[in-house]
Amino acid sequence: MSAWLPISEIARLVQTGELKAVDLVEQALATISEKQDYNAIIVTLEARARERAMAIDAQPTGRLAGVPFIAKDNFLVFGADTTAASNILRGFEAPYQATAIERLEAEGAICVAKANLDAFAHGSSTENSDFMTTKNPYDTSRVPGGSSGGSAAAVMLDMAPFALGTDTGGSIRLPASYCGAVGYKPTYGLVSRSGVVAMASSTDVIGPITKTVADAALVLDVMSGRDDLDGTTIDADPAGYAELEKSLAGKKVGVIKEYMAEGVAPEVKAQIEAAIATIKAAGAAVVEVSLPSLPSALAVYYIICPAEVSSNLSRYDGQRFGHSYADATSLEESYKKSRSTGFGKEAKRRIMIGTYVLSSGYYDAYYKKAQTVRTKLINEFNEALQSVDFLLGPTAPDIAFKIGENIDDPLKMYLTDILTVAANLVGVPSISIPAGTAHDMPVGLQIMAAQRHDRQLLGFAKEVEGLLV
Amino acid sequence: MSNLTREDILKLAQLARLELTEDEIAEYSSELSEILQYVEMLQAVDVGDLKPTNQVTGLTNITRDDVIKDYGYAIDDLRKNLPDQYEGQIKVKRMIG
Repeated sequence: MSAWLPISEIARLVQTGELKAVDLVEQALATISEKQDYNAIIVTLEARARERAMAIDAQPTGRLAGVPFIAKDNFLVFGADTTAASNILRGFEAPYQATAIERLEAEGAICVAKANLDAFAHGSSTENSDFMTTKNPYDTSRVPGGSSGGSAAAVMLDMAPFALGTDTGGSIRLPASYCGAVGYKPTYGLVSRSGVVAMASSTDVIGPITKTVADAALVLDVMSGRDDLDGTTIDADPAGYAELEKSLAGKKVGVIKEYMAEGVAPEVKAQIEAAIATIKAAGAAVVEVSLPSLPSALAVYYIICPAEVSSNLSRYDGQRFGHSYADATSLEESYKKSRSTGFGKEAKRRIMIGTYVLSSGYYDAYYKKAQTVRTKLINEFNEALQSVDFLLGPTAPDIAFKIGENIDDPLKMYLTDILTVAANLVGVPSISIPAGTAHDMPVGLQIMAAQRHDRQLLGFAKEVEGLLV
Repeated sequence: MSNLTREDILKLAQLARLELTEDEIAEYSSELSEILQYVEMLQAVDVGDLKPTNQVTGLTNITRDDVIKDYGYAIDDLRKNLPDQYEGQIKVKRMIG
């Protein structure tokens, strides 16, 4: 059971004065402090949160009135440190804030803390954080998944009713799966990326991590929609996402053949098969669907993502913000020394790969080829989603791995994203919801829908969630 | 071509404005080679006459009027993260010797 009421209920009780925002903030801060050994939190925003709570209690309005939340530390929150868990941004104080934060605060939500992540969101475990590794709430010898591992752990540890994550290749859904949370990756562009530290701009999305689908839907509803500060944003569904309709009976669900193939742990597969049987028994039509290019998706991702990373990280040059090497004698030396002493191992690794695939002579063979295979993948998804309403499979091939298990093998670490990257490359919405356990660790069921079908996906996921409890 | 030599790594590092230690050079040449071998699988994918993807949701030419909009940020707030400044301007190291 959760220590928190449903988010809509918390807000309602704050509006009527039955709950006080100041008490909710204290509850969140006390839990964070009590459970600090999990390393989920980089920094708490005590003064700021308490001040906001008092203001909200004085005028308790908003659809998220008084609801505490935790932002992954790659979201800019005005006046708060934003490090992206990287040494190069250590001490960076946000001079403005993310549109997502702005919209949540406008409805009365209160950011109480910033959560740990793999530095710059590069990773699947939080082990690439330049500061610390977050522990899985189910088993402290295991990783929480990544890169939004601090956010997922924080929610499962009851530090707040919801947390924000970013998902570039699975970074919301993978930790949700490993920690037993609900993780929602919206359609590309549905939530503004303004004020969020960029990773790979063509696949980056922002989404909630919660304990229930209804909570995720409400948070999405508040954050979504066009924003002048992000030209890639799209209009939200006019019907919104907060009021979800029942949508399971009569729906057609495609089980992705390639996601149930070898490489998926038998215990994980068994849980997913059980979930599928339950969905079928509840009245959905279940068919098998093949997306033949899926086995290439991870290779496509590990060309496109580092290419965009190398470009986005070029702004960290030590001149305008962030770590700057003090003793350089020339501008060129200042660039090199600031970047070399500021970036961690994985950031450098991705910058190097990205630089390689974009460099003259290799661009066509790697980058352009990857973007063309991406087109093929998009076409296959579009075709499949014309004959079925939803696509379904596991979120990850296995349960959370042990801390340290994959750290010396970058390629093995990358393979944990093999079932999540396709949704990012194609831009479709995807959700991970808990579907039982294997070896006492959570297993995540992944459901995808066509672009802009977020409302339908959330409605379906909510019903499936009800069946799997 | 996917086995990276020491020279390849040094060239990439120069392009990316990174200075690598000897350990990093050795590590990245083997790791990057392994990763590039993995992504090599794409060479075998037949893409026919498909075009590369540029944008996934079909948006084109999102423009705005070229007018100044006040977001209410204080100039001092925007300057406070500057590593070095001189009379309110960004100060950098010497560019020309």
